[in-house]
Amino acid sequence: MTALLAVRGLAYAYPDGRQALYGVNLRIDRGERVALLGPNGAGKTTLALHLNGILTAGAGSVSVAGLPVTQPNLTEIRRRVGLVFQDPDDQLFLPTVAQDVAFGPANLGMRGAELQQRVDEALTLVGLPEVADRVPHHLSFGQRRRVAVATVLAMRPDLLVLDEPTSNLDPAARRELAEVLTALDTTMLMVTHDLPYALQLCPRSVILADGVIVADGPTRELLADAALLARHRLELPYGFTLSADSPPRR
Amino acid sequence: MALVGFVCCVVATPAHLLWPYLGQVAVLAVVVAIAGLSPLRLMRGLAIELPFVAFALAMPFLATGPTTSVAGVAVSIAGLWGAATLLAKSTVSVFAALILASTTRPHEFVAGLQRLHLPGTLTEILGFMVRYLDVIRGQWRQMTIARASRGFRARDPRSWRSLSGAVGSGFIRAYERGERVHLAMLSRGYAGALPEAVQTAPPATARQWLAAAVVPTAALGITVVAWWSA
Repeated sequence: MTALLAVRGLAYAYPDGRQALYGVNLRIDRGERVALLGPNGAGKTTLALHLNGILTAGAGSVSVAGLPVTQPNLTEIRRRVGLVFQDPDDQLFLPTVAQDVAFGPANLGMRGAELQQRVDEALTLVGLPEVADRVPHHLSFGQRRRVAVATVLAMRPDLLVLDEPTSNLDPAARRELAEVLTALDTTMLMVTHDLPYALQLCPRSVILADGVIVADGPTRELLADAALLARHRLELPYGFTLSADSPPRR
Repeated sequence: MALVGFVCCVVATPAHLLWPYLGQVAVLAVVVAIAGLSPLRLMRGLAIELPFVAFALAMPFLATGPTTSVAGVAVSIAGLWGAATLLAKSTVSVFAALILASTTRPHEFVAGLQRLHLPGTLTEILGFMVRYLDVIRGQWRQMTIARASRGFRARDPRSWRSLSGAVGSGFIRAYERGERVHLAMLSRGYAGALPEAVQTAPPATARQWLAAAVVPTAALGITVVAWWSA
């Protein structure tokens, strides 16, 4: 079966010469929810930016549902891979929520009733159909994060990539986002160092450290391996203990 | 369009007549009452007119021709009329602009400019400015609080160095924000131009056109009567 996402030997150095990725191999199948874990500076966001061709591989390759991420395929690749940025203010730039959600599908050539239907559908999926005509910066941070998710859901992506989805969210907004993400049947790659959130949402995790994948397995097993986490500057929150076969205790 | 039309009528009002301006102010007063705006707040906004006021006050002393005595000082009659006319025209026009600014949300203003077929690049720039002004203002406020929390007070020129550093830092943050916004746009298929489906504001209805035409039409009526009586 063709992998939905296939990353092979991906290496990348920034223009200033700093090497961020040293040969990443990653396969994600359709329907999976995978957490990409790693400390700050591990290259998580750099990897995410390769998945829809924002950054171009220095070596190696990325393909989405068999389609290589190359210049001629970028329009279709960006339809297939929905990238939600860490700061919703980076993602929501148009005067109203509805216009912002319509931006992606409109770039794919949609117009009129079809476009409106995509907007309604995406806002309903994130539980915010009533904010369509609101100004983005008048929404709460949690609402803005969910609208940012809607802006990519409107493109009906095959793979949803979320960059640090819980940063700056209060507990209620965090729970609401989790409910939205759990209800989606889209394949998901969640870039995070929020380990409990990864455990809650993603059955599988990979750890990226120093530009390579150093561990890949069931999230619970990885998070129960204290030595592995310590080696890669990852830590469960204070008071949070976890064994490989039992629910977490606080 | 209504504002431009109204201001054109104010500017076209004949010289040496002051009553038409009272009529135009009366029209604006009705708008203020209907919109439920605070006249005091609008008056405070008139401060942006101060450069015109300074120029108008100088006119009676700078203009030539026959003079008259005001409080024992000889001033030009033409200059006095010029000053009064300039003050009246600018005050009424600024007042109208303030009413528009107070009753129109910024993104509605940008949508209006789109309807008037202003070039897309200009409305895009305006739209981005409106969208991110609050974000950048918020960042600046946070930086100000962070400076004040560490005992900084801008009391003398020695503080300018810190302030200029903060301005530079704010600029870099705004620039980086712009880059991230651009990446987010590219991620959703942006190819150099906003799709028409998201940038074209829906056309105004006949009722909206009629409502907008009331104020400039009233001003036009006053101007026409003024020219006829003059």
